[in-house]
Amino acid sequence: MSLIFSVKRFFSLLAGILIFSTSFASGHSSEKEEKFNVGEMIMHHVSDAHEWHLWGGHHNSVSVYLPVILIDGGLKTFSSSHFYHGEPAVAVDHKTHEEITYMKGVGPAAGYAMHHEKIYKMQNEELSFEDGHVHGSVKPLDFSITKNVLSLFFGAVLILVILSNVMRFYRKNGSVSPRGLAKYLEVLILMVQDNIAKENIDKHKYKKYVPYLLTIFFFIFINNLLGLVPVIPGGANLTGNISVTLLLAVATLLVTLFSGNRNYWGHIFAMPGVPWPVLIILIPIELVGVFTKPFALMVRLFANMTAGHIIVLALVSIIFINQNATWGGLSVPMALFISTLELLVAFLQAFLFTMLSALFIGAAVEEAHH
Amino acid sequence: MGLITPDLGLIFWTGLVFLLLLFVLTKFIWKPILTSVNARAQKITDALELAEKTQAEMRALQARNENLLKEAKAERDAIVKDAKETAVKMVEDAKNAAKAEANKIVDSARVTINAEKTAAIAELKTQVAAISLEIAEKIIRGELSSDEKQKALAEKMAGDINLN
Repeated sequence: MSLIFSVKRFFSLLAGILIFSTSFASGHSSEKEEKFNVGEMIMHHVSDAHEWHLWGGHHNSVSVYLPVILIDGGLKTFSSSHFYHGEPAVAVDHKTHEEITYMKGVGPAAGYAMHHEKIYKMQNEELSFEDGHVHGSVKPLDFSITKNVLSLFFGAVLILVILSNVMRFYRKNGSVSPRGLAKYLEVLILMVQDNIAKENIDKHKYKKYVPYLLTIFFFIFINNLLGLVPVIPGGANLTGNISVTLLLAVATLLVTLFSGNRNYWGHIFAMPGVPWPVLIILIPIELVGVFTKPFALMVRLFANMTAGHIIVLALVSIIFINQNATWGGLSVPMALFISTLELLVAFLQAFLFTMLSALFIGAAVEEAHH
Repeated sequence: MGLITPDLGLIFWTGLVFLLLLFVLTKFIWKPILTSVNARAQKITDALELAEKTQAEMRALQARNENLLKEAKAERDAIVKDAKETAVKMVEDAKNAAKAEANKIVDSARVTINAEKTAAIAELKTQVAAISLEIAEKIIRGELSSDEKQKALAEKMAGDINLN
């Protein structure tokens, strides 16, 4: 009951923010005659950043500036405001001869420049461009606490807070029927244990993998949901970032490879009942198959979550393209609809990732039965 | 394109956070939760099993009770029937015994009466004989009270013997 209530509240909040931000932004864009670039705005929102933009345009924008951590002949840390409030610079592309703007760092960031949220070490106090890409400058190792990293930290803390609450309930009450938060989360925990792990992995071995599957499920699910919250600390497109999905897919790949038994490797390198000349063709195919499975996991989560963000942003952008707040009458209900759909997708993608991980692990630990 | 280029920094942080999360959750959270939840599931399964078993037992018990009741009833009927038979037999026996006793008593009475009668007759005979003897003595004494009478008697007796 209270979950339905909180979902309702979430939607009214979402709707409120959408309406608020549209009226706010339309006033802002009318005073500026600059052309609104939808593609750039959307890419900016779904990409990682060194600041957490709250509101406002170029000069009167309010942001949380996040720490930059560089490893470049030693550890260098400073605020990203030294880039955002740095020295604007213009370079001419060597090939396309277009003017490209970038920001030179000032103060502790001197010697570095930022272009499209990437930090470069400048050569001769400037960046040179070729085909729109930075040319000839090295990128120092960038371990900055970016928007996504901060969202990641927040998501992790949120997961710990929620789940430790559930854990305390069971520790206090023992094996009773769940109440409160435990009532809602137990369904998910049991789903992962009984419907995902037990169904896909051998029933004598599944127990070992339940913690991994639960962690991956809640990590993706909570971060998916957090990405749908339009205000700080939500809204970062963490699970729609290829780096994150890559890491999760590699984690599943490693778990699969390290749990693979004789039977699993046997089916890759010596498919039973297949004559050896055929194996010459089959082995590369099977080896590629080992990697395409996690690759599909990576792309599926990345594409689904990024697409959801892009659609919501594009629908909201209708207002800005037309420079008229009355378009909100169309754009807001549509964005609301997609946001609702995204709630489903947030769960579905977390479920699918976990399900397929369990399936791959299950195939790796399966005993031969001929 | 920037969107599909993995970023080393983010991979590093995600990996760190994910591994920490995996470790902390596995050690401190999943274990107690899963233990509790699975223990409860086991408890419910056991309880259901027990309930089913108890139900079956109850049914068996009921059937046994019914059988027992039936048997008891049959036994009671048998006992009552036996008792009736016994009672009738006892009455009969008692009657027979009483009759036999009565007959016996009557028989023995008859025997006694006969014996008494015989005894009485015998005594009567004896007394009659004694009385007869006394009378005879008295008569004889009267007969023998004088010499003539003695002589007359002796002659008479002699005359009787002569006659024989």
